[in-house]
Amino acid sequence: MKTGAKILVESLQREGVETIFGYPGGQILPVYDELYDSSLRHILVRHEQAAAHAADGYARASGRVGVCLATSGPGACNLVTGIATAYMDSVPIIAITGQVPTTMLGNDAFQESDITGITMPVTKHSYLVKKTDEISRVVQEAFYIAGSGRPGPVLIDLPKDTQTGMAKDVPRAEKVVLRGYNPTYKGHTRQIDKVISLIIEAERPLIYAGGGVISSNASAELISLATTLGIPVTTTLMGIGCMPCDHPLNLGMLGMHGTEYANFAVTESDLLIAIGARFDDRVTGKITDFAPHAKIVHIDIDPAEIGKNKRVDVPVVGDVRAVLTDMLNSIKKKGVHDIWLKKIQHWREHHPLTYKKDGRLHPQYILHQMNELLKGDATIVSEVGQNQMWTAQHFCFRRPRSWITSGGLGTMGYGFPAAIGAHFARPDLPVFDVAGDGSIQMNIQELGTVAQYKIPVKIAILNNMYLGMVRQWQELFFDRRYSYTELPSVDFVKIANAYGVEGVRVETCEDVMPALKESLACEGAFVIDFRIEREDNVFPMVPAGAAINEMIGGHPR
Amino acid sequence: MKPHTLSVLVENKAGVLSRVTGLFSRRGFNIESLAVGPCEEPGMSRITIVVIGDDAQVEQVMKQLNKLVEVIKVSDLTENERVERELALIKVTAEQGSSRADIMQIAAIFRAQIVDVGAKSLILQVIGDTEKIDALEKLLRQYGIKEFVRTGTVGILRGSKTVSSSK
Repeated sequence: MKTGAKILVESLQREGVETIFGYPGGQILPVYDELYDSSLRHILVRHEQAAAHAADGYARASGRVGVCLATSGPGACNLVTGIATAYMDSVPIIAITGQVPTTMLGNDAFQESDITGITMPVTKHSYLVKKTDEISRVVQEAFYIAGSGRPGPVLIDLPKDTQTGMAKDVPRAEKVVLRGYNPTYKGHTRQIDKVISLIIEAERPLIYAGGGVISSNASAELISLATTLGIPVTTTLMGIGCMPCDHPLNLGMLGMHGTEYANFAVTESDLLIAIGARFDDRVTGKITDFAPHAKIVHIDIDPAEIGKNKRVDVPVVGDVRAVLTDMLNSIKKKGVHDIWLKKIQHWREHHPLTYKKDGRLHPQYILHQMNELLKGDATIVSEVGQNQMWTAQHFCFRRPRSWITSGGLGTMGYGFPAAIGAHFARPDLPVFDVAGDGSIQMNIQELGTVAQYKIPVKIAILNNMYLGMVRQWQELFFDRRYSYTELPSVDFVKIANAYGVEGVRVETCEDVMPALKESLACEGAFVIDFRIEREDNVFPMVPAGAAINEMIGGHPR
Repeated sequence: MKPHTLSVLVENKAGVLSRVTGLFSRRGFNIESLAVGPCEEPGMSRITIVVIGDDAQVEQVMKQLNKLVEVIKVSDLTENERVERELALIKVTAEQGSSRADIMQIAAIFRAQIVDVGAKSLILQVIGDTEKIDALEKLLRQYGIKEFVRTGTVGILRGSKTVSSSK
């Protein structure tokens, strides 16, 4: 017989968990007591939200399930933004929360919150475990659900008496069988054949690749498909990294801040092959004018995504990697689309991503310098806003899982804690959090965590003393009325120093590279406060409600 | 926009109903009626939901319902030959005299049963589809309805076809 707390910790280890992120409190104390002399590594964050984001960053960087732990009530509630972030981007995490004893459930006990109820719309599944002998089964199921099919967060709520109660140790089941949960992995052969014949007929085919390519580890298959058939590829924000940025067929990101050539290609394509993507409004712009001349193929593991936003001609429900593998096996001959590729090349030459090179400190310059220094051998995490879009546009990503960002929910404050998680997933790679001065202040307390554990996360703050993206919208669409978007100057280096973290302020272009090198040379965390041009905008941009080929801030066509 | 009758087979576990209804409320759908109870399989319940929406919206909700781990099967009965029934209990003001006789006559026409007789009221029990119950309610309104409860529609396919339980 073992306590529930012990069974929990052992069950986590049986699932291969090595590192978890958490914050203790009253109703989770029995579990923390068990962690005290367990080999499971626990990272104490400074706010529960950071625990959830760190688990998420860990999951995205590693492809494995991330785990976070918090107490009941406020601790559990603080996880919610992190869980919602993971849900929107289909990231597998397990959130474990303490709960008041079963006898007190629903009585408004101290630090009670109905966390399974609160998180219902943002979890793939959740458990309120009322008996100790259910814990090992629930943990195994939770990992299976989180990591399989379309991945997502699963919450396990553990009342204190189930942690202290005793139960027999149940061996791990060989296979989890859930009658109501059977994701489809293999694509329908006839549908796949239809896709292939559409590709053969098409003159202007285009692949639109999303985060599903990354989460199903299908980059190699995607690249192979694109090169075999000569099809150009545009990626969503979440799909960045599935194909090297400098691959001749890669058109970069599409959508609101996509490249002009990617958006032109979508608009003029006659066959759009959506792979692990979900036709998000930031991608499509005005949906009726999105790929107006194209037949649409949609490959996705989630049947609910098919036809959700856009009518689809040929759906293929299945795991992206499995479907692409089957496609590659049934392709008989190479495809050539020279005229189409030439047209795209023309756009690429006449509508490149640019920025002012006037010797002033522009954020894009910093990203190009980072690129030169890191050559893609790093994990780059971003916050949300201009910093995120500039990084997506200007950093050259070369492999999947090297780019980690909150896409769907757009959570400011995500980057820093996610970078902490990413470090534990890939300790061999340098980790940068590209931040804004607004976002970094949403979870800046994690400087305490990186200092305590000597976690070498480098924070590059693109500091324009504005909530830059909102200011940009105010400039463009609200007559420059900068309502509550100006932030007073903060001495981030001093803040870092106060936590025992090193840092420098950079105000000129010449100082960028030395500062980046200094940050890499530093063993621990490092903060670089880049004082960038205050009113730089992210361009090109598709204004809200416009078609994606109607961009502003691009080149005249 | 038309009413759809959805039959949802679920595991009979705490919280399932709230997961299911949450998918409707999140989209701003109002559930017209809802009936839940155990069914032919032990440990399972069947939920019949009537919801008004266009076909695409309902299809999206059904797909989302299918994603719930505890949902075994979702079917839209609307396009099929089916039997739909609900049960209503109607407490009508019925003083001694002619109104009481009228009510009993109406009840007979609707094949409603009088299940309780009080000094100043009668309780009618009626089973039928939504239209029949609506019609009876309308007729009885003139006598004064003190209280009106209905179960919500339950539905089943005609013939030997069933809403099979494979997902």
